[in-house]
Amino acid sequence: MTGMTARGEALRTQEMTINMGPQHPSTHGVLRVILTTDGEVVTRAVPDVGYLHRGLEKIGERVTYAQFMPFTDRLDYLAAMNCNCAWAWAVEKLAKIEVPERAEFLRVIVAELNRISSHLIAFGSFTADMGAFTPFLYAIRERERVNDLFEMICGNRLTYNYARIGGVSGDAPPGFLEKTKEFLDYFEPKIDEYNNLISYNKIFVHRLANVAVIPAEEAVAYGMTGPNLRGSGVPFDLRRDEPYSVYPKFDFKVCVGTGERGKLGDCFDRYMVRINEMRESVKIVRQALAQIPEGPVMAKVPRVFKPPAGETYFRSECPRGETGIYVVSDGSANPFRLKIRTGSFVTMNIFEKVTKGLMIADIVAVIGSFDIILPEIDR
Amino acid sequence: MEARAIFETLKEKFGDAVVELQGEGFTPPFVVVAPGSVRDIARFLKEDPALSFDSLMSLSGVDYKDRFAVAYHLYSMKHRHAVGMKAMLPRESPSLPSVDDVWPAANFQEREAYDLFGFVFEGSKDLRRILLPEDWEGHPLRKDYKYAEFYHGIKI
Repeated sequence: MTGMTARGEALRTQEMTINMGPQHPSTHGVLRVILTTDGEVVTRAVPDVGYLHRGLEKIGERVTYAQFMPFTDRLDYLAAMNCNCAWAWAVEKLAKIEVPERAEFLRVIVAELNRISSHLIAFGSFTADMGAFTPFLYAIRERERVNDLFEMICGNRLTYNYARIGGVSGDAPPGFLEKTKEFLDYFEPKIDEYNNLISYNKIFVHRLANVAVIPAEEAVAYGMTGPNLRGSGVPFDLRRDEPYSVYPKFDFKVCVGTGERGKLGDCFDRYMVRINEMRESVKIVRQALAQIPEGPVMAKVPRVFKPPAGETYFRSECPRGETGIYVVSDGSANPFRLKIRTGSFVTMNIFEKVTKGLMIADIVAVIGSFDIILPEIDR
Repeated sequence: MEARAIFETLKEKFGDAVVELQGEGFTPPFVVVAPGSVRDIARFLKEDPALSFDSLMSLSGVDYKDRFAVAYHLYSMKHRHAVGMKAMLPRESPSLPSVDDVWPAANFQEREAYDLFGFVFEGSKDLRRILLPEDWEGHPLRKDYKYAEFYHGIKI
């Protein structure tokens, strides 16, 4: 890029390579992006992941199916309930275990509550990245109440280890369902408050609208899933389109981007999908609370659990997209091979393509709008 | 379309390159194909209007001890059907064509399989280690992987 000096001579600039991360507050963890910049314009942004690789897939081959449950908490620690349930559903599909209905309802309740708290962090940290710190405090305030509920049901506030193969670790304690309803009544009006507070703020909209536009076909081809795919206007949600658990019993809307402030599939659409999804999750939890049956919460699963030999791929809708679990069983007590395909990891594939030609500050907007989380990328 | 019908369609089109159908105990069922024809079959699966598998859900390496495999899980957004495709690889020199020009989503997952299993995806636009450091020795997800004691003089 050439500019002009005060004397009218051409100003020569030179491309520069800089590291953004791995220690950088806006990268949501330990993501390193190798930026090649021409002034403020990014000519190339190559993501470098793996700083948090713990070899969870290899660990999975050395522990039993039940012992792997706590490790799934460490996949996506902001949505540990969803990962717990995904693992349980995958193994139950492999071994064809019938789960008591009450357990499935409890799973859906905690999974949707966790989706709310995860989207709250996405909302809060995204706005903080964009320079508005206050909404983050609002988000944390509400998330605290979800954590209280989870502490009540399983004793933990971050790594829940709640689901079990064949059910859940314990029934809801007395008062839990009422407290959940109280939370929903408290939380639902807050979503409008967020919209009034920041969503339609002029500066905020300008930072997001028309930035990193991803057309629908491209989003599918690059394997984007979850809110990022729906942000591009593709109405695809595994809870509705490949139903599992008791989701078919509930009535909810699949939120998609509408291009309301810019082109369809920009950062603003991805942001708005999450805000609207919180409302749908509230709706699902309300219906689940109304319909939850009495009964046991654990199926009869042998203490030494050996599923039949076979291979299963199960995917479920987690807050950061589809978590697909591919289990190869050889009939022994440990998985023979375990592969976890996570939403954030596959989403990073498109990062280099969409960031070409953006400004450096927009990179922060893109990372925030993808709502990636690093332990899920690196596993 | 059912997996059996997909298998028949592919068998008719590609003949011996389509080896067998793994149905019993496999969800979704796998069409096992010859590794050399992976890219051609992938392109057909994506572009044929009756199949149109436009979404690569997952690409995984597997070590079956006597041989390796790459498992592709495919889904069609249009027809809402799913199928698996699998290529068996010999233990010595496991390599097969890359499919990242058919499904761009493959790139990161091929890099992952290259990193953790040592599979070579020919014609890939960018094949580097992704999760481990570039100078790491060996491929940890292989069943015969020996754990290193030191990395750059640091006890592991």
